[in-house]
Amino acid sequence: MSDTIVQIQALTKVYEGKQRVTALDGVDLEVKQGEIFGLLGPNGAGKTTTIGICTTRTLPTSGQVKIAGIDVVGHPAQARRLIGVVPQYNTLDRSLTIFENIYFHCRYFGFSHALAKARSEELLEQFLLSERSKALPSQLSGGLAQRVQIARAIAHRPTVLFLDEPSAGLDPQSRIAMWTAVQGLRKDGITVVLTTHYMEEADELSDRVAVVDHGKLLALGTPQELKDAYGAQTIIHLKLRQAEGGEAVAQEMRQLKGVENAEVTGEGLRVFAGNVDGLLPAIIQTSSRLGLRDISITEPSLETVFIHLTGRDLRE
Amino acid sequence: MSNVPRPAGLAIQKPRFFRAFYGLFLRDLRVLSRELGPFILRVGMQPLLFLFVFTFIMPRMAGGNPMAAGAGPAFGTVLLPGLMAVAIMFSGIAGVALPLSTEFGITREIDDRVMCPVPVWAVALEKVCFSALQSIVAALIVIPMAIWIPANPVYPDFHNWPLLVLVLVMSSLLAGAMGLAIGSTVNPKQIGLVFSIVVVPITFLGCVYYPWAYLQKIRWLQIAVLFNPIVYMSEGLRAAVTPGVNHMPVWAILLALSVFLVLLGRWGVKGFLKRVIS
Ligand SMILES: Nc1ncnc2c1ncn2[C@@H]1O[C@H](COP(=O)(O)OP(=O)(O)OP(=O)(O)O)[C@@H](O)[C@H]1O
Ligand SMILES: [Mg+2]
Repeated sequence: MSDTIVQIQALTKVYEGKQRVTALDGVDLEVKQGEIFGLLGPNGAGKTTTIGICTTRTLPTSGQVKIAGIDVVGHPAQARRLIGVVPQYNTLDRSLTIFENIYFHCRYFGFSHALAKARSEELLEQFLLSERSKALPSQLSGGLAQRVQIARAIAHRPTVLFLDEPSAGLDPQSRIAMWTAVQGLRKDGITVVLTTHYMEEADELSDRVAVVDHGKLLALGTPQELKDAYGAQTIIHLKLRQAEGGEAVAQEMRQLKGVENAEVTGEGLRVFAGNVDGLLPAIIQTSSRLGLRDISITEPSLETVFIHLTGRDLRE
Repeated sequence: MSNVPRPAGLAIQKPRFFRAFYGLFLRDLRVLSRELGPFILRVGMQPLLFLFVFTFIMPRMAGGNPMAAGAGPAFGTVLLPGLMAVAIMFSGIAGVALPLSTEFGITREIDDRVMCPVPVWAVALEKVCFSALQSIVAALIVIPMAIWIPANPVYPDFHNWPLLVLVLVMSSLLAGAMGLAIGSTVNPKQIGLVFSIVVVPITFLGCVYYPWAYLQKIRWLQIAVLFNPIVYMSEGLRAAVTPGVNHMPVWAILLALSVFLVLLGRWGVKGFLKRVIS
């Protein structure tokens, strides 16, 4: 399970043009067989460029990418057999029906008529698209089109599937359907590399995530590891009846094991904790002196890690 | 093209290449089959009207019409290969340049085909080959029209079949290569403009309505048009279909067709690669 399937080494990409853009600036990454790997980063971080290089659509300026040991620059045609791609935009063939989009995709990969037909029907059924098989892509909603794109991308049974923002523009239902589909792929042994701007999605779905910005890798690990490493804390909000003496209680809280900080707020106290296990009773006891009337807990999130790593500035 | 790391790879590489190529071809065939009617109309309308006006209507007004008199009764014979060349040319542009300009556009529909497991140039080559097939059909449609429409029927003289096949195939591939070059280097928004300032002029000056030899009196033009690939299409078809009419030597025609095919093909494939790989 832990073999490396995608190996990215010292990858750089400079777009020459009126304005030189360094999209990737020395990225090293390894994606393991069978995992769901999340690639996170603000707009313009270099996610699409990374996927573009891995999927042979963009040529790196330097560095190397190997898919199952095959160099994507040296042997692009071979590498393409191992990868499936769902690009950031809808690239369904507008002149073909949904069924034909998948059917001809199979034919491009050398399937016979019978095999291609069987595979297309199987996928349409699996992705609940059978009813729409004769529709044209222009007649589909964004969520349906996205599903067709995923079905098409895995039709030739790739080893690695690259999904560039698969949930952008989907309603919550479609997003959940997409997640289920992606998790289903993992069960089939397909490695998934996805980019997303939804942190809770990355947290939920990914086995490991990488945060990139300005073409550099900033952090890499399981969501939990990142939350631990970058001080994403559980926040405990305490509402108190009595405001007086808050500072003294906060002072006391800071002494508790596991509490990293505590501050007075308008309504009571806010306690930051690394790990809440076994901490709550002590917090409740300490704060009950001032009349605890409500307590709420915000779990650590990847979002805080993300903001911590990439800053709050808007991107161009 | 690609060296395969595993020795066993090379043996299975070949059929895979052709199967992918065949798949792409089938896809284009399916799309064309959906619009067979419009396709026939598109390629048939122009030669139909041309023959009708110049070889049916005009001769009937021969008395008072200087143009028809100038053209003479043999005009239909001169026109047939020329119209075939025009049909080939337009169908090459319509078969490659126009679809490519939308597929490269915002929809990026070509993506899935570019991602198939063959070198990217093969995807471009398939476009050219498929458009060549359309061009051949378009050219053949002209022949029955030339027999039935003109007041004085034109009988093509098919004594040199190999030459006809060779010229037809080379011209059609050349038209496809030109379509590829235009479609992949011209901004989709300007494709209409390029059509009127490049395609239409080279067609009109492509020795379509007169044999190249007749340009003798306008020497500078006779030399200038040698850079026009359509000249060799019409002259080649003239040599193959109506050998009685003056035409260039066959070796020169075939040589020029080959040179243009290589040049435009390379230019087109380069443009295509640039468009799909960043
Ligand atoms: N074809 C191109 N030509 C020039 N510059 C490009 C090109 N493609 C991307 N860039 C630039 O490279 C940088 C990285 O872009 P990329 O598309 O990889 O970002 P991204 O992480 O996918 O962003 P987003 O979240 O907005 O999709 C950006 O600054 C972008 O403007
Ligand atoms: Mg992107």
